[in-house]
Amino acid sequence: MFIINCPYCGERDQTEFSCGGEAHIERPKQPTELSDDQWAEYLFMRKNIKGIQFERWNHIHGCRKWFNVVRDTSNDKIHAVYKMGERPPVK
Amino acid sequence: MSNNLRINKNNFIDQTVRISFKFNGKKLFGYKGDTLASALLANNIHLVGRSFKYHRPRGIMTCGSEEPNAIVQVGKDSSLTDPNVRATEIELYEGLEAFSQNCWPSVNFDIGAINNFLSPLLPAGFYYKTFMWPASFWEKYEFFIRHSAGLGKSPTKPDQDLYDHQYVHCDVLVIGGGISGILSAKLSAEKGLNTILIDDKSYLGGSTIYQDDDIFKINNETSNVWLKNLIEKIKKIPNLTIKNRTSVAAFHGYNYLLAKENLTDHLAFHERKEKIRQRLLKIRAKKVIIATGAIERPLIFSNNDRPGIILSSSIKKYIDYYGVKTGENISLFTNNDSAYETAISLNKSGVKVKVIIDIRENPKSPLSEKIEKAGIKILRGYTITNTDGYKRIKSIDVMKLSKDGGSVVGNKVAYKCDCLGISGGWTPMVHLFTQSGGKLKFRNNDNVFIPDENKTPSEQISVGSSNGDFELDDVINNTIKSVKIFLGLDKNDYENLNIKCSKEKQKRNIWLLPSNKPLSKIKPFLDFQNDSTAKDVKLALREGFKSIEHVKRYTTTGMGTDQGKLSNMHALGIIADTTGTNMGELGTTTFRPPYTPLTFGAIVGRNVGEFFDHTRRTAIHDWHVENKAEFENVGQWKRPWYFPKNGETMYQAVQRESKAARESAGILDASTLGKIDIQGEDASEFLNRVYTNAWSKLAIGKCRYGLMLNEDGMVYDDGVTTRLGENHYIMTTTTGGAANVLSKLEDYLQTEWPELNVYLTTVTDQYSTMSICGPNSKKIIKKIIPSLDLSDQSFPHMSFKNSKIDNVNCRIMRISFTGEHSYEINIQSNYAKDVWERCMEAGKEFNITPYGTETMHLLRAEKGFIITGQDTDGTLTPSDLQMDWIIGKKKYDFIGKRSLYRSDTIREDRKQLVGLLTDDPKEILEEGAQLVESLEKPIDMLGHVTSSYFSPNLNKSIALAVVRSGKKLKGKKLIVPMQNKNINVTITDTVFYDKENKRLNA
Ligand SMILES: [Zn+2]
Repeated sequence: MFIINCPYCGERDQTEFSCGGEAHIERPKQPTELSDDQWAEYLFMRKNIKGIQFERWNHIHGCRKWFNVVRDTSNDKIHAVYKMGERPPVK
Repeated sequence: MSNNLRINKNNFIDQTVRISFKFNGKKLFGYKGDTLASALLANNIHLVGRSFKYHRPRGIMTCGSEEPNAIVQVGKDSSLTDPNVRATEIELYEGLEAFSQNCWPSVNFDIGAINNFLSPLLPAGFYYKTFMWPASFWEKYEFFIRHSAGLGKSPTKPDQDLYDHQYVHCDVLVIGGGISGILSAKLSAEKGLNTILIDDKSYLGGSTIYQDDDIFKINNETSNVWLKNLIEKIKKIPNLTIKNRTSVAAFHGYNYLLAKENLTDHLAFHERKEKIRQRLLKIRAKKVIIATGAIERPLIFSNNDRPGIILSSSIKKYIDYYGVKTGENISLFTNNDSAYETAISLNKSGVKVKVIIDIRENPKSPLSEKIEKAGIKILRGYTITNTDGYKRIKSIDVMKLSKDGGSVVGNKVAYKCDCLGISGGWTPMVHLFTQSGGKLKFRNNDNVFIPDENKTPSEQISVGSSNGDFELDDVINNTIKSVKIFLGLDKNDYENLNIKCSKEKQKRNIWLLPSNKPLSKIKPFLDFQNDSTAKDVKLALREGFKSIEHVKRYTTTGMGTDQGKLSNMHALGIIADTTGTNMGELGTTTFRPPYTPLTFGAIVGRNVGEFFDHTRRTAIHDWHVENKAEFENVGQWKRPWYFPKNGETMYQAVQRESKAARESAGILDASTLGKIDIQGEDASEFLNRVYTNAWSKLAIGKCRYGLMLNEDGMVYDDGVTTRLGENHYIMTTTTGGAANVLSKLEDYLQTEWPELNVYLTTVTDQYSTMSICGPNSKKIIKKIIPSLDLSDQSFPHMSFKNSKIDNVNCRIMRISFTGEHSYEINIQSNYAKDVWERCMEAGKEFNITPYGTETMHLLRAEKGFIITGQDTDGTLTPSDLQMDWIIGKKKYDFIGKRSLYRSDTIREDRKQLVGLLTDDPKEILEEGAQLVESLEKPIDMLGHVTSSYFSPNLNKSIALAVVRSGKKLKGKKLIVPMQNKNINVTITDTVFYDKENKRLNA
């Protein structure tokens, strides 16, 4: 059980957060112009990396803010935490 | 033989305090400081249980948490009895009552022992092979297996004990109170770090605390004296917390650990009153030092499981710590020097050691020299090929090992003994290390898996014998060195300790010792608790199992309550030998938490009974209770289900309530529906994006029903939203969906549409809602709020008005979930019960009838209104629900829009919502029942019933269902096959009652 440094609240136990899956998947601005395949790519396809993964997390039992986390899924080490809309730190 | 095997000299047991206890009904005595195991041994009781599969007699084999055999049931009381407790860990207390497990009718005469003679018929995988088929026989097999398996009995009544949880934070957590743990804790605490030292025993000092021999000296004191002084010193350090009787069960990432602190199990019953029995510690440590020690390995030879065969180091502890002789004629069998220490201890206490059988050819060390001086015979390069004795070992057969150790040579010599100490070397306790994510490496020279310092998670180290240091000087010097680096210490403490100890010169390891008989004729036990032998492992390998994880499951080796603490290494060794693999490449099985079993009490703590989950009650709840409502759990909410009168059944009550609501007036507590207050200049645009229909043109003061989808186009939630002002809405959600809808909307606002100026606030608890429906609802509202204009022109269906009841603001919505003319009063919750009572009073003359969720469901089903989560299951689009009218086709986008014309969602043969009427109008369908077209096999399942009721207003059974291509099938006959009959149904429209919606304005 890891500790996440919420960019708004500071370090808190993982139990206060919920994970929202892969980060930086932007909802298409004009969905109606996409083919079935393009829409399916947005809708269904997610990476499942062993290693460094960019994830969305929500401080659901805290400030309820969404933010991004860079986590190594092989050892749960968190390399960076940054707010929504901010650019991911360079690898 | 005497029944008192207690010797007099002792520092650890208080022989002035006699404690009486019962074992299998027999009254016995021990002393303060004893464990149940030591007290039994002092009473010359070795036989404590029967083995799992063959029901062989088994005795106490160890002195710690690795004990595989001495597993007992403690206590008789049906609410307090504790199954599967290790006798070696139970501290003796006045009145203790313990019983053997897994034997019937008694430990001395066990009917299951017949399995021992059937053992050729019970090889590895026997259960898997035998009980496979036919499938219909499984129930009978299961009965048989469960009755012959039987470990302890679970209590039959609720636990009366108190348990607690505690969050603990510290700079350094030291696990293990042996010499390396104590040194670590001292170094850490003296640096000023907030330190916790945890040990599972009642005392500190591990095995060194009774290591009283001048071969082992630290700064010219014997190691036990030196350590005792050190312990006295650290007890005085204020920033060091010592927790005895506490075992770490789990070591998770980020140094999060769970430990169970035993607080009262060692006390007499009268001292336990109102105290907390166990506390689960949830520890976050900045740094962790693992000093969990090592456990001794057995040796694997034929009939190595007889009562009286005990790990050599345990014999030493029983004599040195508890002052208990485990026998009066003891022999030892070893592959390393530790058995010599045991021999010295026994000799010093006047117990005769007849012979030490050592598989090594030339084990010369200060220890062996001391043994020989004492005149104890050492047979070098010998092995035990067999043992004799049924309920207690009587003799051993000894033969010379061949040079390569693969066979035995020469003649067999028998030695009589009543106790045999065995030592197969040491296994570092790396369980917690691997649980935390650490990786092991294999050390070939003494066959141990030890923590790989390059693959150790950060902020932790392992020290002492759990790190593979077994000699006293290595333990001390390496612990000090590692801890200094780990904690960044620069002090010179302990830099110049003068340590004297014996060093082991020769090592020899044979995982499966040879015998003069073929393997098929002998019983070399590996896993004592689960009764798997070396033969079983070899059989599994012959049958093609290669992975250690598979062999483990097939043979059940290491799958008992001891988790294979004694057996895993030998199983691995035998696999490696048989397959010609290196053990390091083979790897170990996974060590999973808990390290030692936890009680359910400790796991749940205070979260029992009414604290098990939150209970949410509406502000009107007390009225419902007073009026005898039956309640239904909806999520955490308690909702009135129905209000039975004069002994009505649920069916009768619901029929009455449903009729009353349509004929005159009904009232429902709808407070549990989710309510989200939406404000901001982009609120209308926001609703446009989250609902399928259009919102921009909704006038202030109007209400609208909305359907919310997931991005995959499937219906997610629904509810009525009201425009309170230009930039102000109140949205209602389903009761169960409230929290998730709010989270989902927040997600979109924060991540996809941060440009929208919208604020969401949940007000579910702040407002209570009562819905009054029926042709007389208008008259009732008029009586409560006479000033309110209720004319259809001023206050039409789907509109709202701000109003006041006395001086309290309220919102009145004219919306309906029943199809009747109806009103919803929303008022701040602290006034809700009062207003409800006014409604009841005002409605008395109209026979206003309170109804619950069941009637609500029935009434809406008559109208064909869906309940998301009941008629939908996350696989239905609005079109599947025949709700195409709610799709804003002109809207550019909304959540899920693009998915509504994916190739899959436009299929015509999707499951679609339909109505069903039974041919026999009295026949009520079961929700969930399958729909088929014909009974000819193979039967094609077309769909299932989602809602079903008997409608009192239509006087017939009605149902909703999802059916493949249902939209096109109106009028089609289908069959609902049930266990003992087939019900004929016809597909209809989903609206059964008042198709023209006349009653809304009635
Ligand atoms: Zn936060």
